[in-house]
Amino acid sequence: MCVTCGCGPDNVKIEGEEVHDHEHEHEHDHGHEHPHAHGHEHEHDHEHDHAHGHNHTYTPARSHAPGMGQKRMVQIEQDILAKNNAYADRNRQGLAQRGIFALNLVSSPGSGKTTLLCKTIELLRGRQKVAVIEGDQQTSQDAERIRATGAPAIQVNTGKGCHLDAHMVGYAMEKLALAEDSLLMIENVGNLVCPAAFDLGEAHKVAILSVTEGEDKPIKYPDMFRAASLMLLNKCDLLPHLSFDVHKAIAYARQVNPGLTVIRTSATSGEGMEEWLTWLEEGAAAAQAQRLSTVAALQRRVAELEARLAAG
Amino acid sequence: MHEMSLAEGILQLIEDAARRDGFSRVSGVWLEIGQLSSVEPEALRFCFDAVTRGSVADGATLEIIEQPGEGWCLKCCQTVAMSEQLGACPQCGSHQVQVTGGTEMRVKELEVE
Repeated sequence: MCVTCGCGPDNVKIEGEEVHDHEHEHEHDHGHEHPHAHGHEHEHDHEHDHAHGHNHTYTPARSHAPGMGQKRMVQIEQDILAKNNAYADRNRQGLAQRGIFALNLVSSPGSGKTTLLCKTIELLRGRQKVAVIEGDQQTSQDAERIRATGAPAIQVNTGKGCHLDAHMVGYAMEKLALAEDSLLMIENVGNLVCPAAFDLGEAHKVAILSVTEGEDKPIKYPDMFRAASLMLLNKCDLLPHLSFDVHKAIAYARQVNPGLTVIRTSATSGEGMEEWLTWLEEGAAAAQAQRLSTVAALQRRVAELEARLAAG
Repeated sequence: MHEMSLAEGILQLIEDAARRDGFSRVSGVWLEIGQLSSVEPEALRFCFDAVTRGSVADGATLEIIEQPGEGWCLKCCQTVAMSEQLGACPQCGSHQVQVTGGTEMRVKELEVE
């Protein structure tokens, strides 16, 4: 297992259902015949994705250990996260087409993400449609808490995994049947390290830091605060009981990410909630405007083509 | 961070390449890992060994080519070496340095049989 965070590969479940492989919805180019000029035997009853012919131009067999038999070098030159990024791009396109404003909420465990989310959904009732993807290693308790507010929610259990990836989120998005021009909140696994590197296709990452944690978390876990566009400083109602230095925390966060927007929030007292809702609504309005302008551009294009056809 | 996921990503790229290019064993894997990519090479080696057990890359040697960190210093108007994400410019001490290189995590090439 991962010596840093203990995460492991398997047991991903969406609403208790196993996600078997990472191969759904691929462009498979099955069933065609290959011209085989080479003599060795292939098993061709297996199902793999050959999207190309068999005439490879291999890099000349350049061996790092000369005289060691049939060794050859194969150039790969691919980003390790290429697969995740391709899924994320696909998610982003799907979201843009439907005018959905998607956020990836990231924080340590216990920062109050789910409570804040429930409160947000409550306050947005009648103003904005919200759907939620909940990521946790185990249990569907959080999705149940969200559903109790009336918003559609789907639980992704990452098993031993320490973060959501774009493939899991794409799968969950399909299951959720998201409404046009809605807001999608993706609550990532409580972890300030790994989710920073995994693009899910969201418009923004929102980091939540609660005042019961250390002020110096932004500089201890800089990747996450650098990747975020907004930081919610949460549980602010507890400040009178703590020695947490708000200015220091914000200064540390801005040291890592000078462009970071910060809102002080509390689901309990309601502090900052209007500002947070305004931020959400502005983002949702921009996503909707983007969709409408794309639709208008397409309609103009169709009209142009029709006019050209009519003119002969 | 998340070295296990990265090791799985590497294995996926290897298995895709094995299907594509028809090789059955990988004896060496060359990675390019940027100095500023937050990857812990020792943790990655550990995870790589665990993940590749029983796969085409079982027992493969992992060579990590470290790519130096680089940034563009707004004050000096030139590319400078960086050893950490939040580092200062080694010439003028300014923190107004935009990271421009050293964040990559790539599988460069494989030695296969």
